[in-house]
This record gives sequence, C-alpha cells and structure tokens, in this order.
Amino acid sequence: MSGILITFCVLAFITVLTAFLTIFSRNPIHSAIYLVICFFSIAGHYFLLNSQFLAVVHIIVYSGAIMILFLFTIMLMNLNERHEVHRPRITRLGAIVSFVLVCVVLIAIFINSKPIVGEYDATGEDFQSINVLGKILLNEYMVPFEFASILLLVAMIGTVLLSKKEKLKK
Amino acid sequence: MENVLNHIGIENYIFLSVVLFCVGIFGVLYRRNAIIVFMSIEIMLNAVNLLFVAFSTYHQDAQGQVFVFFSMAVAAAEVAVGLAILVSIFRNLGSISIDNLKNLKG
Repeated sequence: MSGILITFCVLAFITVLTAFLTIFSRNPIHSAIYLVICFFSIAGHYFLLNSQFLAVVHIIVYSGAIMILFLFTIMLMNLNERHEVHRPRITRLGAIVSFVLVCVVLIAIFINSKPIVGEYDATGEDFQSINVLGKILLNEYMVPFEFASILLLVAMIGTVLLSKKEKLKK
Repeated sequence: MENVLNHIGIENYIFLSVVLFCVGIFGVLYRRNAIIVFMSIEIMLNAVNLLFVAFSTYHQDAQGQVFVFFSMAVAAAEVAVGLAILVSIFRNLGSISIDNLKNLKG
C-alpha cells in the first residue's frame, strides 16, 4: 500500500462516515457541522487529484458560503430536537431497504462492467492549473460563464423577494 | 508528472461516488426535516462532482473541471432560493416537516 492509497482510504472513510452522521444526528446544527467536515474531506479528494484551484473554490463555496447559509437558517428558525418528528417505522425500514438495494445494484453494475485496468498515462501536460482553467473558461465557455452570472443574479433577486415579509391583505 | 490514478485507480473513485450518492438518496428518504433533505441533496451533488473531477484527471482534460464550476454555481443558487422558500414556509406553518406540505394534494 502506498501512502497515496492510505490517504485516499482515510479520506473516503471520513467522507462516508460524516455523510451518515449528517443524516442520523438529531440536532440540525450537528448535521451542519458534520456536513462541513464531509465537504472538507471532499476538498481533500480534490487536492489528492491535483486540482488545487477546484479544491480551494470548493472550500470557499461549500464550506464557506453554503454552510453559513444553512447555519443561519437553522438559527433563524431556532430548530432543535424538539421539532424533530419521526417517520413511521415502516417508512424508515423502506428507506434502509432501498438504500441497500440501490447501493448493491450500482456497485454490482460497476464491478461487472468492463473494468478499466492498466496504467493511466500521464502526458505531463498541464491541464488543471488556474492558468489553463481560466483560459478555457473565458474562451471556450464564455457564454455559459455569463449565463452562470445571470443565474446568480436572478437567484439573488428571487431570494430577496421570497424572504420579504408579506403585508397582511384584507 | 505522475498520475495519481496509478496509485488509487478510477474504480475506487467510482465506488466512493456511488456510496456517497446512495447516502444522499437515503437521507432524502429517511428524514422528515426539510433542511436535512436539502443537505442530502448537497451530498448527492458533491458525489457527482467528485466523479467529474476523477474522470477529468483520467482523461487529462480540463472540461470536467469546468463543468464542476458550473454545477457549483447552480448549487449555490439552488441552496439560496431553497432556503428562502423554507424560511417562508416556516413563517407560515411553524414547522419545516415535509409532511405538512400537502396543500397541493388533490
């Protein structure tokens, strides 16, 4: 076992474990904290795949922006265990059964499909530094990039409109 | 430059993504709290993003990473709008259990 493989295994274990803890913990704030750890470990996977820029953007966007949004919403609603309603047992059992089934079927498909074996060629060509990504993003993907900015603007306006308090109508 | 996939193998990334995606599905089915359902959706999005990056490394091509950027932008917009909807639901109903949202049911 090489060091990289051990790192991958540890990171994967943390990712899956914290994802499960996110779902199972009663308190929504604990869920949010576990989700932050999960996102950090996914950023670690990106670092492992040598795409540093994406890892940094992932930390900024997910662990920074999105999780702060989640935490603020949870605090705004003042949620805790009291609000927790349990699903009936049959529904939970169904969820567990469907999870196991989907997992087994998908993994069996990927095991039985033609496995990708052999060496992966590394041409040494630089394809994931900020330099190359920026050039691709602003040359080939110029139009989708602008559309993404329009999407973010529309989402911002929509959020402000949605969360404004409605005046009571008579 | 050495390819990291020589040490790990693309299959392991595929399996990790599948398991993570299934955990997301499980969360959507298992919990009633709408915020946790949202978090599960985020986990699913991240599983797909991880697979995109792994295959981008596999093919030595930057396009997968560019796609991940766009998916992150869409995820950010989606979370902002979704949480605003949740806040207004909470204001009107006093809870965010998804079982209360049956008004459109005929």
